[in-house]
Amino acid sequence: MEGVAVHPKAGAHETHPELSFVRKYIFSTDHKVIGIQYMITSLLFLLSGFTMMLLMRWQLAYPGHVLPIIGRFLPDTMAPGGVMLPEFYNQLGAMHGTIMVFLGVVPLGVSAFGNFVLPLQIGAKDMAFPFLNMLSYWIFLVGGILMLSSFAMPGGAAQSGWTSYSPLADLAPPGQTMWLIAMTFIITSSLFGAINFITTTMNMRAKGMTWMRLPFFVWCQFVTAILLVLAFPVLQGGAILQLMDRVAKANFFIPANLIFGGVPVEQPGGGNPLLWQHLFWFLAHPEVYVLLLPEFGIVAEVLANGTRKPLFGFKELVISLCSIGVLSFIVWAHHMFLSGMRTDVTKFFTVTTMLISIPSVMVLTCFLLSLRGGSIHFTTPMLFAIAFLPLFGIGGLTGLPLGFTPTDIYLHDTLYVIGHFHYVVVTGSLIALFAGIYYWFPKMFGRRMNVFWGKVHFWVSVIAMNGIFFPMLIQGMAGVLRRQYDPTAQVHNLPSLGLNKVMTWSAILLAVAQIPFILNFFISLFKGEKSTDNPWNATTLDMAACPSPPPHGNFAGDLTVHRGPYEYSVPGHKTDWSPQHVPEDQLTGRMQQQPAQQE
Amino acid sequence: MTPDQLYGWWLPARASTYAADLDRQLDVFHVAMGLIFVCWGAFMIYCLIRYRARPGVPAVYSHTGIVKSMIPDGIVLAFELFMIFVIGLPVWAHVMETFPEEKKANVAAVIAQQFAWNIHYPGPDGLFGRRDIKLISSGNPIGLDDADPAAKDDLVSVNQFHVPLGKPTLVYLSSMDVIHSFNVPAFRTKQDATPGMRVRIWFEPIMTGTFEIACAQLCGLGHYRMRGDVIVHTQEEFDAWLAKKQAEKAEL
Repeated sequence: MEGVAVHPKAGAHETHPELSFVRKYIFSTDHKVIGIQYMITSLLFLLSGFTMMLLMRWQLAYPGHVLPIIGRFLPDTMAPGGVMLPEFYNQLGAMHGTIMVFLGVVPLGVSAFGNFVLPLQIGAKDMAFPFLNMLSYWIFLVGGILMLSSFAMPGGAAQSGWTSYSPLADLAPPGQTMWLIAMTFIITSSLFGAINFITTTMNMRAKGMTWMRLPFFVWCQFVTAILLVLAFPVLQGGAILQLMDRVAKANFFIPANLIFGGVPVEQPGGGNPLLWQHLFWFLAHPEVYVLLLPEFGIVAEVLANGTRKPLFGFKELVISLCSIGVLSFIVWAHHMFLSGMRTDVTKFFTVTTMLISIPSVMVLTCFLLSLRGGSIHFTTPMLFAIAFLPLFGIGGLTGLPLGFTPTDIYLHDTLYVIGHFHYVVVTGSLIALFAGIYYWFPKMFGRRMNVFWGKVHFWVSVIAMNGIFFPMLIQGMAGVLRRQYDPTAQVHNLPSLGLNKVMTWSAILLAVAQIPFILNFFISLFKGEKSTDNPWNATTLDMAACPSPPPHGNFAGDLTVHRGPYEYSVPGHKTDWSPQHVPEDQLTGRMQQQPAQQE
Repeated sequence: MTPDQLYGWWLPARASTYAADLDRQLDVFHVAMGLIFVCWGAFMIYCLIRYRARPGVPAVYSHTGIVKSMIPDGIVLAFELFMIFVIGLPVWAHVMETFPEEKKANVAAVIAQQFAWNIHYPGPDGLFGRRDIKLISSGNPIGLDDADPAAKDDLVSVNQFHVPLGKPTLVYLSSMDVIHSFNVPAFRTKQDATPGMRVRIWFEPIMTGTFEIACAQLCGLGHYRMRGDVIVHTQEEFDAWLAKKQAEKAEL
């Protein structure tokens, strides 16, 4: 490390008085603490959403059998005698989707990594609005707890799918009201976070950190925040309208002459169920990119670091990213091809959907070409980032026949859809998030995670994930429909039913594979090998310009940025990484033997 | 065909005129997707082996230009535009936008409810009788108004959709309560039935037999068991069935 100017360690603390435990670790306004709070909370939500799915998968593989272990603890309104009721299955389905999307993957990708990494990468001492940032976390937590506690409502939790289509959701038991209220909290929290990210990126960059010197991760967070600000208020409006339908007997989404459960609905109607779908998907399609773009950023960071060379086509990546952002607002109705919407409108949305696949292909192409000419180190984060490429590829490719109207007629609402978006969100986003956890863990806590158990976690998880999601594509081709409590009730499901056992046992294997991860995480927190200040010999400011873990205030003094984000293996430099903040004259010299990569 | 012959691990048997058109597109997509995936995968594996870290071999420092990496994007874009404009839109127009004439088709209304498919046949006069939700009872699931002359010859069946072979069936699809979706996998037919809307769909079977109707849109706790059958008869059998049902109705 000699010759490379590393941050002086002192200084940062002097401007900030020592805080009490509560202000430092609980009601903290420090972006790093808030990021870690978000990370732990969203990992817990991911675990709870996953547990719900295990219950559903058991029912699908063994319909009508007693749920093992958990079954006898469930009340009779959910599973009398340990056998799941269809109402409970629908509740689990709706809550699995809601929790995974809004309380798991998005907060982990956007709020956890965004909060922790973004200010560090742009050389800022904190977010632009630290108090708003803290508020965002606590509102999120309230929303999440409300969402989970809705299982205790009379009639159980929301059970109309995570999409909550009206009029089914308008007429559903009270759990749906709780869903809408909880969503309002979650959306408010997201908006606070997004405003913060946009302001911070625009105003708080270090000297010399021009837009094209921003790491790709920051670009991704920035575009994501814009999507959130523009798309989420629409769903918030929609949620309030549906809430009014339910509690104030309004008629926004209730058509006339409705009969429900054999009796005419008291509201006179006159509303339109399709309006809800438009409002919902106007958010929920950009939301798909909110689930994905931060993860693109993580993969870019890890790939550049793991291949020890600049990312291929940085400008092209940024252009693709911005195109995805813009196009994501004009594809929403591809979820509604068969809704009864005018059929010529669908043509517009088919074309835009095909167009948005182009920048996505560009991103993936750039990532693949980044491998070429590299010196690829198979570290744990790098394994996850490499696995992202082909597996997200499957997710993207299987989107083609769904976004294309004639083939969607057959595939719509089948398990093919489920397989497609789980390939995108699990083997895409979640895998990238794991890469991010292994990559930034040493920076967050100053200690490294165990390499062997990390690799066990990787291999078993990837095999199990494919065991769950690939059979879904096959079942989807056989016409098996989604959201079926008991698949044996329909004749056309019967031939491929055996695959449900494969999927269920793969899901159980995936659960087992998380045990080494959880243990590794907590044991490494206290007992892990001490990390150096730049644990991966990286170039970006988050890794190179501050200690591990960074103190309150992050950097000692002001930084000046001299170069782009991924200057690895620059000829004429002494080391194969050239940090963004180190002046040129301190870097030049004969390149040394490559330092042994700590894996 | 028996269910074993109709349904399997992949696409069901093709039992309607447009099934083959739609399947061909699924085939083209899956072949293309397979090719793209194999090319990507092969390139990735090559890179992982060829460029693995070795002592003394540094990475190649380069900032490559934009043009070369656009080639795969260009190929994919060309393929997609070809699929949309040359293959996709004509089939979409055929299946979803071009309807058979009422006079030449077998006409019926499908009225979905939790958790059943009500089939309403207009009878020989070709007119659907008036319906009123106040008249709904266990014996009259769709609330048909017998006072209406047009309703006199109407027939209603539940979950059993009888259609003739050799001519298209035109369906007016609606729902009484929540959103359902009319799905006949063997016909490749699927369309949401949304309350407050009445949409047209059509299909023309190419074989006799019994084909499952499933509900494809979550409609409540009984969604999974909301099923019915399309029963395809020869024209003679169908006419005989109609006559028998008319006679039964007259006796009442």
